This record gives sequence, C-alpha cells and structure tokens, in this order.
Amino acid sequence: MNMELSRRTFLKTSGAGIAGTTLGAFGFSEAEAAVAAYIKPFHLANTTETRNTCTYCSVACGIIIYSKGDLRKGETADIVHIEGDADHPTNRGTLCPKGAALRDIVKSETRLTQPMIRKAGSDKFEPISWEAALDKIARAMKDDRDANFIATNKDGVTVNRWLTTGFLAASATTNESAFATYKVVRSTGILAFDNQARV
Amino acid sequence: MTNSWTDIKNTDLVVIMGGNAAEAHPCGFKWVTEAKANRGAKLIVVDPRFTRSAAVADFYAPIRPGSDIAFLMGVINWCMQNDKVQWDYTKAFTNAAYLVKEGFAYQDGLFTGYDEAKRDYNKDTWEYEIGPDGYAVVDETLQNPRCVWNLLKQHVATYTPEMVERICGTPKDKFLKVCEMIGECSSPTKTMTSMYALGWTQHSKGAQNIRGMAMLQLILGNIGVRGGGMNALRGHSNIQGLTDLGLMSNLIPGYLNIPTEKEADLATYMSTRAFKPLRPNQMSYWQNYRKFFVSFMKSMYGSAATAQNDWGYNYLPKLDVASYDVLRAFELMKQGKMNLYFCQGFNPLQAFPNKAKLAEALGKLKLLVIMDPLQTETARFWEDHGIYNKADPASIKTEVIQLPTTCFAEDEGSLVNSGRWLQWHWPGGSPPGEARTDVAIMSGIHLRLKDLYRKEGGAFPDPILNLNWAYKNPEEPSPEELAKEMNGSVLTDVFDPNDATKKVLEAGKQVSGFGQLRDDGSTACGCWIFSGCFTEAGNMMARRDNSDPDNTGAFLKWSFAWPANRRILYNRASCDLDGKPWDPSRKLIEWDGAKWSGYDVPDIAPTAKPRDVGPFIMNPEGVSRLFVRKMMRDGPFPVHYEPFESPVANVIAPKIVGNPVARVFQDDWKSFAATASPDFPYAATTYRLTEHFHYWTKNNHVNAVLQPQQFVELSEELARDKGIEKGGWVRVWSTRGEILAKAVVTKRIKPMNIDGKIVHVVGIPIHWGFVGAARKGFTANVLSPFVGDANIETPEFKAFLVNVEASTGPVA
Repeated sequence: MNMELSRRTFLKTSGAGIAGTTLGAFGFSEAEAAVAAYIKPFHLANTTETRNTCTYCSVACGIIIYSKGDLRKGETADIVHIEGDADHPTNRGTLCPKGAALRDIVKSETRLTQPMIRKAGSDKFEPISWEAALDKIARAMKDDRDANFIATNKDGVTVNRWLTTGFLAASATTNESAFATYKVVRSTGILAFDNQARV
Repeated sequence: MTNSWTDIKNTDLVVIMGGNAAEAHPCGFKWVTEAKANRGAKLIVVDPRFTRSAAVADFYAPIRPGSDIAFLMGVINWCMQNDKVQWDYTKAFTNAAYLVKEGFAYQDGLFTGYDEAKRDYNKDTWEYEIGPDGYAVVDETLQNPRCVWNLLKQHVATYTPEMVERICGTPKDKFLKVCEMIGECSSPTKTMTSMYALGWTQHSKGAQNIRGMAMLQLILGNIGVRGGGMNALRGHSNIQGLTDLGLMSNLIPGYLNIPTEKEADLATYMSTRAFKPLRPNQMSYWQNYRKFFVSFMKSMYGSAATAQNDWGYNYLPKLDVASYDVLRAFELMKQGKMNLYFCQGFNPLQAFPNKAKLAEALGKLKLLVIMDPLQTETARFWEDHGIYNKADPASIKTEVIQLPTTCFAEDEGSLVNSGRWLQWHWPGGSPPGEARTDVAIMSGIHLRLKDLYRKEGGAFPDPILNLNWAYKNPEEPSPEELAKEMNGSVLTDVFDPNDATKKVLEAGKQVSGFGQLRDDGSTACGCWIFSGCFTEAGNMMARRDNSDPDNTGAFLKWSFAWPANRRILYNRASCDLDGKPWDPSRKLIEWDGAKWSGYDVPDIAPTAKPRDVGPFIMNPEGVSRLFVRKMMRDGPFPVHYEPFESPVANVIAPKIVGNPVARVFQDDWKSFAATASPDFPYAATTYRLTEHFHYWTKNNHVNAVLQPQQFVELSEELARDKGIEKGGWVRVWSTRGEILAKAVVTKRIKPMNIDGKIVHVVGIPIHWGFVGAARKGFTANVLSPFVGDANIETPEFKAFLVNVEASTGPVA
C-alpha cells in the first residue's frame, strides 16, 4: 500500500458517519482500489464508537464500545465488540483477561431482563411488573419505617433514625447514580448504609 | 492513591506488599514495567505466595499472612538504627519533634488506658503537650525523650531482624536485603512507591498495616513526590467514588460525618470541628468544614434547609454506635432486628464472611430487594443447590424482589479511578429487556415514598417530603444534572463585603471550586471534594486531552482529579524547606519567591510562604503524623497483633488474642478456632485470580473457560504430609464450614518456620459460586471468620485457620 494508515486512523476516517468516503480520497491507485473492492470491509467499519471505562478494577482502563446502531440518533444499539482505547493515558489500548472479555459480560446469559419476585416459601422467581414491584417496595418501606422509626432516644435527644431497614450500595455504578442513591437513602433515616468499600 | 497510575513510571523502587498488582491490576502494573525498563527501577514483592508480581520482581521475600506490621515496624527500626532517614523532611514535615503528654506509655502490646471489659481505650493521654500559647510543644533538636521521634524509636525497638524472622517467618537475610533496598530511598533524590490492596485491608488490624507503610514512607521523604506515595489499588471501578460520596453508615459526601446522638444540635456538632491550628500559620483546611456541611445540606434540602432550623440538622439520623456497617447489619438481621434489606449491585452472600451466618440472617428478612445487572447468589440464597447451597425454600419466608439494572456499557456518568480521576463515560448499547438505570429505580422508590407520606402522613415525613428533587424529569434525573449538583452552584447573589456594589458570586451559576463555598446558605454543593468537576466551563470530567508536557505523568487536561484537579496529594512536600524540588529531575511544583506553580496544581495556598506553612494542609499541625494521636482505636503507633485465628501465640504479647479492640459479636467468639489449635493447624489466606473478577466473571463464558475449576494452593511439603496428589480433590474446613476443591500442589507456597514451629499456608481463590456460566463451586467465605478491622470493620479474609485432607470430591 502506498499509504500509511494506522488501523485507528482508518476506522476514524472510514467509520460510521463518513460512510460515503470513497477509497480514492485516501489516495488509492486504481489497481489498489480494484483489489480493495474484493476485500470484505472490516467488521467494525460500520459501527458506532463510544468511549467508556472498564467496569472491573480501579485502574479504570479506557475502552471503546462498537455497536450496530447509534443511541445518539435515538436508535437501538447492539454492542458487537469492545476493545482498549489507545488514546487513554493509563492503559494505552491494553486490556487484561477480564477487560478483553467485556463484551461477553454485557451479553451474559445471566443478565437480568425483567423484574421478578420470589414469594415467601416459594421455590421459584415469577415475573412482576415494574409498577407492581416498586409499589410493593415503597409500601413495605413505609410500613416498616412508620412502625420502627426512632424519633428520640431514651434521653429525649432527637435522633430520627431507622434501623430495621438497610441498604447496601454498589461499587460499579456512576457517581451520579451513587449521589441519587445517597439522597434517597439518607432522607429516610436509614443508618445501616454501606458499600463495597467495606470489603 | 496519593499519586496516579501513570506516575508510577517515575519511581526508583516499587514495593508490592499487601497486593498482587501483576495479576489483580494488570494494566496498572504496566507502569511498574515502565519504571523498570526506563529508569532502572527495582521491584520488591513481600507476600505469602510467590505471585506473578513476585515472578518479575528483583527481590522476593516470603511473609506469614497477618504479620505485616511486625515486618514494617522492623523496617522502620532498621532505618532508624542505620541512619536511613530523610532528616530534613522528617524534621520539618512530620510530627517527629512534637512532645507527647506525660502519662502516655506502651507496654506488653497495649497503650495507656486499655479497658479489657469494653475492649476499648481511654485515649486521654494519646495527645500532644500543649503550651501556654495554645500550640503543640515541639523540640526541633529531637532530644526530648517525650518527643514523637524518641517514643517511636522506643516503640519499634522490639522489632529487630531476629524478631521479624520469629513472627513473620521471613529469613533474616532476606529481611535485611529488603531493608537495604528500601533504605536507599531515604536519599532526597531516590523515591519508592507502595502499591497495596486487600492484602493489607482484610485484616483485623488492616488500617494499621497501611499506617505502618505510610510512616515508613514519611521518614524516607516519599510522600508528595513524583514516583512516591501510598497507593491503594482499589478493587472496583467506582469503589473510590462511592467512598468519596459517603455511601456508608457514618459519612456525608466528602468525608464529613453523620452526627452522633451526643451531638444534639449543630452548635454541639461543630464544637469539636473547629480545627484550630496546632502550630502558628497553618492552613488547617478543615476549618472550612461548616461551609462544606451547610452547602451539602442546601444541596439535599434546598429551601427547607435554613439558618433557623440549623440547615435541616435534624433531618440527618444520629448514630448511637460507631457505625452500622455490613457486619453489624447482618448480625442484627440474624437477631431478627432487620426487616428489609437492599442490595444494589452487591452480592453479600459471597462477599462477607461466614456464609452460613449470612444465609441464616437473610432468611429472617421480610423483604430482600436486589438491584443488579446479573444473577447473584444473594438473590437466590433460598434456592437449594445441594452441597453448594443447602436450603429448604419452603421454610424460608423472605420475599425477594429482583430488579434488572443497566450496566456500565448502557449508562452515562463518571467513575473515580484509584488515582482520584473522575472519568466520564457514555452509553454504547441499549439495555437488555426491561432493565432500568439505578437512578430510575431510586427515583421510583423516592417518588412513591414521598407520595405515600404526602397522602397518609407517618413517622417524621419532613426529610422525605423536603428532599430536593427539582429535576427536569423527576422519574429519572440526568447524569448531567446530578453531576452539576455534586459540583455545586450559587443559590443567591453574593457581594463583596467591602464593596456592596461588587457581585462576587452570581445566583444560578456553577461554582468554580470548593473555595467559593459558603456557610450562609448562599451556595449548595453535594460533594465538596468533587467541586470543580462541572463548572460554568463545562464538564471537566469529560476532558480527553491526553497531552503531558515534559512527560511527568500528570495529564492535567485528562478528566478531572479531586481535589481541585490535583494529581499528587501533598505535592508541596516535593520541595525542600525553601520551596525548591528535593530532586530537580523530578520537579512537580516550585516556589518562585512569590507563588507556587509547576506541573501539578499546588497542594497549598498559591502564595503560602515555604517556611511559614506546612505541606499537610488538612492537618491542624501542618505536618504529617508518625504518632496519630487519638485518631485510631487501636493505638497511635501500629502494634503487631496476631489474626483472631492464629497458628501461634503473639510473641510480643502472648495473652492478647487478635486485635484487643476489634469488635466481636458474642456468638462469633464461639466460632473462632483457638490459637495454635491442633484441629485447625494451617494458616489460610484468600486471593483473586487474574482471569476472574470477584463473583461477576463466572457469569461470563469466556472467563469461565479460562479458569473453570475451583482449586486451592498448597505446598509440596504439606501435600506429601497429607497424602494429597497434584490435581486431586481436597476437603478444606474451618470451624464454620467446608469446601471441596482440586489441589494445586505448588512450589509457590513454602512452609514457614515461625519461632521454631513449621506453619503451612493454604491459598484459597474466591471466585466460585452456584450461579453463572462457570461450573458450580464453593465460595471461600464459607470458611472465613466474622470479624473486622478495629477501625473500619473490613473483614479478616486474609488470615484464618483451616484443616485440609485428601478427598474423593463432590458426589454428582
């Protein structure tokens, strides 16, 4: 080839959004263009690229998610590939055995897809609607809080705590999810509030 | 981390102890490789196993699980004895010269004030001598026998190389070699970095393990410099962020505290938070505590937080105990005192110790709510999986609601990495099925609860009804709105006190940083340390300029680091007393006669004169602490305590079992094996494999294929003693339960000679369970004891006792 295109540059120039670019614009000669016409397009060439961060450890490697479909255009997006982000200062495109298999955790067969309930004494989960599930949760919280809320301690000091319900928060959600979670949990007076940092 | 991943390339010596970066943080470990290849840096690994980090180390020394403090105090002792101290740094930037109160003493493993019945200390004497001028008394000559330096010297004198060998099993010559390599870094132009992880935290004295290394790094002058620091390699992608945001029993975002019931009102709460400087001219930055607190309350409660109601002080719950951490929550659950429990992306049945106790506790709940992208064992604790999870569903009355959530690839927002970088990410895929974001679920719960209280009234509805929820779509606030809220904004115009016509802050604008926060209700800020992350200039966390002038590793224009985009904490300490870099080849910032500037955001007021203001601006002393005053429950200096289950008695204090102030619930004492128990003779430790991530990747076919089979590791000698074959089945059991696994008989673990007794170590990877794509297996927490660190209750997963024998394996 008479051009020096890194794979990344190639993807940038020929990827989604610039689909109409002709090979000629890259400086291919006619003979090369004829050869290129027989080559199956690189499978990521028509995908949408999205910058994201590996969900595992706190090295927080930069990743690029490739999907069919573009969420920014309101489309459904199906993730077909995930790889390291060469622009990222920490990992410079590399990934470990966990990060390299990220697509398959997103696509895991054990992903949860609908709300379920396991009733007292039952040996199975059954589907429940979001509305019914959230209503049930809120009702249970309200009833338990009203029954067990401690407004003052034995010395008459206002303590406004609720000890019979607890909340264990995640470790891979965003700061924004965490802050929303903090606000909701703290406003109820729950003190048994903890997260993965404990272990 | 005080520093960042990319800064590790600047070091001369890496010490990996209490971690295994090559396997657990592989892409971060590449910066160690970089330092070795380009600077000639050396790597020391101290670990019970010859790990893959050890395999590429310049020097490896073995250590018995749970004996790190003896080793570290031994190194400090050696450095003091051999004049391997960065003296200018130690004298000026630590509290070495501070005098400690008369009455403070240490003997037989205990400090002054121990109360055996309460398992706690009266810490009154653990404090500085305060002079008539109200400041701490110092002796810069370090001659006074009551100064911290001399007390420390006396304290560590016990830990001779011979004593280290007796306690840790590290051969004396290997220990001395480590000391010599570390000692070289006392030079102002040589630096060492400490990389540690759960190998130090998961002990009943985990916090003191880390303090031990921090003290060593201080006397070597390695804190605040490029290539130095205390670098906690955090485990999950946003475990740092969740800690920063205070999703813990006793925290408010930005490391503020939930009040205790002894603090009945705001004035009382603030009375112990004045942070008056302990030496002249010091910044003592926590003096701004009230500004951060009031701005947080405005963020939570908006116009309902007023000066008249102490900014909504009573909307906060008040603690009666130190904290309701997870161990306490499960203890309460087991006692039938917990009715509802939420697990958001968390699998406690696998993640906390003593699985049998956890399962019993979960069975006493009325309702368990699971929010997770994946199936978890916790959600299915009631399901019978034979030997892997024996359960009788009919007898378990707990209702379980399992809600599907999005995962990283489907959501937008920021995560905080180990180096405190807040990195924004964008969604790349549509959520599967009906999965919703955590924000949508939490909003759904909050709005319903608000509605019920509005309609029905009930117990103290005020904090729920008044919670500030002014989002464009209350059903699902956007990541951008929430990020802006954490950054903080101006609520009402603020004018210059000297010129009422001059507007200093304009209502409705984002604050530019925490320096603009006020305690009069005119600013709101969800998390002061994040302030600066989303300003009027836009989303700083989404910045992707990876330029790095002069290749310092700082990357100041990539994302945003808290606090104030600072990449190396305490960086003023990278300069000498006059503000010139200790090592000009590793310049970070510098004093030019009028101000501080350089490659990083200075961690000091820009015009603070070098000889006036100390580098540790958060401390009222202005210096760092070798002696930590009353701030840790188990002592102002670290002491070697044995794990609660130990193969030997504590050589330096034979009567003390475990950490003398660690909290143990009554029933759990009975579940500990006795010291040197003949029934449980082997020292067990748990760890992670590079192919797996906790209990998640067993849901991934690829990772399940890479490491399909549960195994334990043991030495050739132990295998021979017990008739265990390579690849054969073994049974491993503790007082709490048993597991079956294949035996990996290895040279990577060697028997240790502990004070004349041969101690064998059994290594137990943690990744198996009874759901997912991998073969079913047992979790390591079947075996481990229900006890945590004395200060922060991290469970003791790294050192306990088991027995082992050859087995025929599980019956199909």
